Amino acid sequence: MKPAVSVQNIFKLYEMDGETVHALNGVTLEVPQGDFVSVMGSSGSGKSTLLNLLGCLDRPTSGDIYFGDDDITQLSDNQLSEIRATRVGFIFQSYNLIPQLTVLENIEVPLFYAGGVNTKMRKRSMELAAMVGLADRIKHRPTQLSGGQQQRVAIARSLVNDPYFLLADEPTGNLDSATTEEILELLTNLNKQGKTIIMVTHEPDVGNRTKRIVRLRDGKVASDRELEKMELSNV
Amino acid sequence: MIFNWLRTLQLGVKSLLLHPLRSLLTVLGIFIGVASVIWLLAIGEGISQEAQRQIEGLGANNIIVRTVKLPSEVTASMRGTVPHGITRDDFERISETVPTITRALPIRELRQNFGYAGRKLDGRLVGCTPEYAEVTQLKVARGRFLSDSDVSKKHNYCVLAHGTAETLFPFENPIGRSIHVEEAYYVVVGVMAKRSPTSGIGGSLAGQDFDRDVYIPISTLWSRIGDFIITRRSGSFQGEIVELSQVTFRIDDVKHVMETATLIEDLMQRHHPNGDFGVTVPLELLEQARTTRLMFIFFMGLIAAISLLVGGIGIMNIMLATVTERTREIGIRRALGAKRRDIIRQFLIETISLSIVGGLTGVLGGLTCRTIIDWLRQLATSAFPQVIDQLPDVIKTVHPIIVPESIPLAFGISVTIGVVFGLYPAIRAAQMDPIEALRHE
Repeated sequence: MKPAVSVQNIFKLYEMDGETVHALNGVTLEVPQGDFVSVMGSSGSGKSTLLNLLGCLDRPTSGDIYFGDDDITQLSDNQLSEIRATRVGFIFQSYNLIPQLTVLENIEVPLFYAGGVNTKMRKRSMELAAMVGLADRIKHRPTQLSGGQQQRVAIARSLVNDPYFLLADEPTGNLDSATTEEILELLTNLNKQGKTIIMVTHEPDVGNRTKRIVRLRDGKVASDRELEKMELSNV
Repeated sequence: MIFNWLRTLQLGVKSLLLHPLRSLLTVLGIFIGVASVIWLLAIGEGISQEAQRQIEGLGANNIIVRTVKLPSEVTASMRGTVPHGITRDDFERISETVPTITRALPIRELRQNFGYAGRKLDGRLVGCTPEYAEVTQLKVARGRFLSDSDVSKKHNYCVLAHGTAETLFPFENPIGRSIHVEEAYYVVVGVMAKRSPTSGIGGSLAGQDFDRDVYIPISTLWSRIGDFIITRRSGSFQGEIVELSQVTFRIDDVKHVMETATLIEDLMQRHHPNGDFGVTVPLELLEQARTTRLMFIFFMGLIAAISLLVGGIGIMNIMLATVTERTREIGIRRALGAKRRDIIRQFLIETISLSIVGGLTGVLGGLTCRTIIDWLRQLATSAFPQVIDQLPDVIKTVHPIIVPESIPLAFGISVTIGVVFGLYPAIRAAQMDPIEALRHE
């Protein structure tokens, strides 16, 4: 089976104050379908750059990124927007919900950009709200919810278009340990149902809950190890 | 597709309602712009239609020749009283030699004292022909106006103006009574209805107050009173020999008016080298009034355009602030799959909603023009009567007339302004780098 995401020898260079910064220096990474990967590394290691590239918010200087069979590196801005709308499910550290919209409307935002909302999709949005345990809060505004609840709305939103994979950027970075546990459980369950998840984190405890940890250092893959067996042996 | 637009619209309205005061002030800018377009055009139209109506009252087919008093420096060197102005010969000559004239209406008017049973009135005695009533738009209230046979038989009949009748006959029916003019008596055959005075037009025709007139056949005036009139003014006598005060010529076709006017002027000039006459061509005035109207509309339009521009800048200003304020939202939407054009659409719909609301309320505000101006005038008249008294007639009497085209025009302009001034902020929003926008606090 083809990997869900395949990154082939990508470089990303920035010009900053006349100096060239090598944010990514030849990263190659394959994420099979159903995987749950943590990308870890100190700041400046290139993990944010990698995340932006995987999220189709940016294009690499060289190298290729494949989503299944499709090379996404040469796509236009409009095509990238379409990929973001249909294939990538974003989860952010600061939730990034739109404050003037209700919970249900926030969940439906990606649908809106993927072609519009119909009654069937409305039903799916409700189901997702129920799945993250917020069925009775769909008319609330984000500001009326706790951090953990907001992040659950964001997770429901990331799933609404049935994306190819989820891209989580420090999803628990703003949460206390109990809520962190809830969110990780939710993500683990999604993974068990078959969702591919790529998560950027700098907390080892969070990273250890995934199947695989990829460490970046100076724009290169420093280590890449499977965790599943260890985790199983721990249980 | 339509659903998406509706959804965007709903979203836009929601965002606008997040800052009701801000949105209201923005709408106010457009409101004032649109309302002022309609107001200014309506006032301009009111003034110019009034002028046009007055000129048309003179008749576009008419050419008016008047007797002009020579300046006293010219007459001072002459001995005795010199006849001046249009003569009966001029009248005959012009009426007979100019083929395009279909009708000629001679008038001789002079100040006179009228009396009846001890009541006196200083008014204007007008010697004229039956057509006078029609040409000056006078309506008969009682009895009849002068007839052709009155003129040909030189009857000593007279017709009173409304005000004259009221002063001389406050309690009785004047018809059949005789009023006293100079040394003679005239039998009243009719009374005219009230007519509003005309104001002077462009200095070439004096305003006329029709309220203190007495009309008699011109033939009667010539034979009974004659051409030599003595007026007594502050102790000294002044003599005046005038045969005709004014002649109104009606021309067969509007197309011939201008050339006939030149012809008549030439004919008059030949016999009156001293220039004791004047020719007024209402058609010429009408054309001048049209040019003035266009200029007026142009300047009013310019002022209105400036106020709309200011409204537009207001919109742009607010939208730029909104875009900055909502940078993060733009980043989120872009990350979740919004294309650049989706962002442009979202912000554009907000500005267009603002300008449509401003435009609609502005149109409503524009339609109240007449009521508000009447009300303001009333208010000002009761608060500062002296100030209002000194204002020119035009301002005191103007009735704005709403130009129907100005409504879609103003509305269209306001929406266009929404698009034009909303486009730049919207494009700026769409051009934002989503990564940067997401980082924005």
